[in-house]
Amino acid sequence: MAMFEGLSDKLQATFKKLRGKGKLSEADVNEAMREVRMALLQADVNIKVVKDFVNKVKERAIGEEILRSLTPGQQVIKIVHEEMIALMGGTQSKINMASKPPTVILLVGLQGAGKTTHAAKLANLLRKQQSKRPLMVACDIYRPAAIKQLQVLGDQLNIPVFDMGNKQNPVDIAKAAIEHANSHGNDLVIIDTAGRLHINEELMGELRQIKERVRPQEILLVVDAMTGQDAVNVAESFNRELGLDGVVLTKLDGDTRGGAAISVKAVTGCPIKFVGVGEKLDAIEPFHPDRLASRILGMGDVLSLIEKAQENFDLEKAKEMERKIRKQELTLEDFLEQLQQLKSMGPLSSLMDMIPGIGGNKQLKNMELDEKHFARVEAIIKSMTPEERRNPVIIKDSRKKRISKGSGTSIPEVSRLIKQFEETKKMMKQLTGNSNLMKKMKKKKGAGLRLPF
Amino acid sequence: MVGLFARLKDGLSKTRQGLVGKVEELFTGRKRIDAELYEELEDILIQSDVGVDTAMDLVEAVRAQVKAQKIDDPAMLTDVLKEQIAAMLGSETEPLNLQEGSLTVIMVVGVNGVGKTTTIGKLAHQLKAQGKRVLLAAGDTFRAAAIDQLEIWGSRVGVEVIKQQEGTDPAAVAYDAVQAAKSRKVDVLIVDTAGRLHNKANLMEELRKITRVIGRELAGAPHEVLLVLDATTGQNALSQAKLFSEVAGVTGIALTKLDGTARGGVIIGIMHELSVPVKLIGIGEGLEDLREFAAGDFAAALFESR
Repeated sequence: MAMFEGLSDKLQATFKKLRGKGKLSEADVNEAMREVRMALLQADVNIKVVKDFVNKVKERAIGEEILRSLTPGQQVIKIVHEEMIALMGGTQSKINMASKPPTVILLVGLQGAGKTTHAAKLANLLRKQQSKRPLMVACDIYRPAAIKQLQVLGDQLNIPVFDMGNKQNPVDIAKAAIEHANSHGNDLVIIDTAGRLHINEELMGELRQIKERVRPQEILLVVDAMTGQDAVNVAESFNRELGLDGVVLTKLDGDTRGGAAISVKAVTGCPIKFVGVGEKLDAIEPFHPDRLASRILGMGDVLSLIEKAQENFDLEKAKEMERKIRKQELTLEDFLEQLQQLKSMGPLSSLMDMIPGIGGNKQLKNMELDEKHFARVEAIIKSMTPEERRNPVIIKDSRKKRISKGSGTSIPEVSRLIKQFEETKKMMKQLTGNSNLMKKMKKKKGAGLRLPF
Repeated sequence: MVGLFARLKDGLSKTRQGLVGKVEELFTGRKRIDAELYEELEDILIQSDVGVDTAMDLVEAVRAQVKAQKIDDPAMLTDVLKEQIAAMLGSETEPLNLQEGSLTVIMVVGVNGVGKTTTIGKLAHQLKAQGKRVLLAAGDTFRAAAIDQLEIWGSRVGVEVIKQQEGTDPAAVAYDAVQAAKSRKVDVLIVDTAGRLHNKANLMEELRKITRVIGRELAGAPHEVLLVLDATTGQNALSQAKLFSEVAGVTGIALTKLDGTARGGVIIGIMHELSVPVKLIGIGEGLEDLREFAAGDFAAALFESR
């Protein structure tokens, strides 16, 4: 059945058609965009948002860019992917913290979106990540057992819950909770509110009053990822009434394509800060627009595209690097570049495992692979002048002092790095002698991994 | 029954302002029936969560009628569209499958947060008002305080709740509940279940087990498996209906939160694309606001002028 077909399958099928041709005509792009439109609509992206999106992509696609490109189909995927990421905004999961504690987070949304569960998930996350001492506040006095639900979650996580039963006004409860937090040393207050319809004026008024009284740093709209076309109206109303700071997208572990995310972001401009990805209380993650875009588009294709691009890019650089290593012309600038490339490729330990030849090399295997250490190395190199990077020999005491100050490190650390670099250069020379290893490495496309630390 | 119709109309007013209002505006604002008008009609329908496929089918049907009847005045399209929607919805009313003189077991399933427990509370209230003896089973043993929530509903409407501790096997609760229902000679047993996303194999297996246990303890049961769908849900509703049907043999849909959405169009898509009938609709927060779904009334109320 067509309707259960994933958006990615659809787009892939379309792009396969495109890929078969050498060059793209305007008609081809139009054809592709019809499919993109259809697929996005079936993913519940709001129709107005879809229209804007498709026009934007079309504009970019029927241009020079596409004609110059060697593989037009891939170019279109890339444009769609990029525009989709641009539309959803960057990864922005920071919570505005109050300069004077407590920081107050207000969770709002429709019934059944997952506010209570995510109050607990958020409290748990921020306690772990930022050593906060959270207090959860039960302001849902309407739904039967909503207070109890928060209490049970609080017990499970060992996080205190403030409630005043279901006879008090939520505005008063919220206010009293802040005082409670102040006197009990809680520097984070998360207020759970009752689910309400965005068109219910009375209950929206209640939220406005809570906002007025407690002045939250963050008002987060909790949105079910399965929401349909109405997501824009919901988000728009809540944003108009309260001024949202961000969105929590829940139930993303389902098989929904999550088009609501695109809609909500497009109409409110608010970043999607977190996503709920499971029933367990630690199943909350920062939102990654690229991941969702890939989920919508079909990850494999996009990845292979990017990989290819990287392959081409790296090949020349790798050649140059090889030449430098052989001639011992390696500089700290190259070192820095390698470091940055390596960092962009994921966890170091798994990368090291992937490099053939490393397993047998004791020296390399015992190398310290602390990512924080890399950040310091980066800072040190960045604090050097270009001349110093090219020719570290000139770095004496006074320069070391300046570099350590500039990078927020110490003189011994700077000395150690320079020494390490010289050793690395020597080691590279040795490795170059190992022709077998070099051959293996040449086959591997991760050319950025040539330089060990 | 006039009161009922009025309430239905009132509950659907948002839908009317959304779907029908926009359609009327489109039809009265145009002089000609052309491709552009059809395209806009399709957009309006899609925006009402009717679903892309259903929207295209509806537009196609209207187009065919326009051709057959040689209509050239856009204002006449309102009636044409109304007829087509009514045809799609049908006029059949499918009431709950209640056994006369013996125990009926109704199992309620759905994803998280759609309103299962609330629906059960309202349904229990209505069945009790009809003079039936009702028993509830707290089968959501997973979510924090779900059992308490059902108990509060139980005491609110005055029916008993069979429960065990949080974390117990829900199939065991269902087993107990069926035994209790048999020995207490109740008319209707309503079994609540935990919300679960339909793509989680383990949780769906658990649901299969609950169904199996109920069926083993009482032949023919569960007589009704109600899938609760949130009307705010988009196209994922279809996936939910499909997978829950495969696992638990859904016999009817309860569509909740229909008052909030400015859409309601989702019901048209559901009726058109799914073979499962919509049996109940939730159009408000009150105890009376859970209704038997009458397709004919619904279509009429949808287009009734204010």
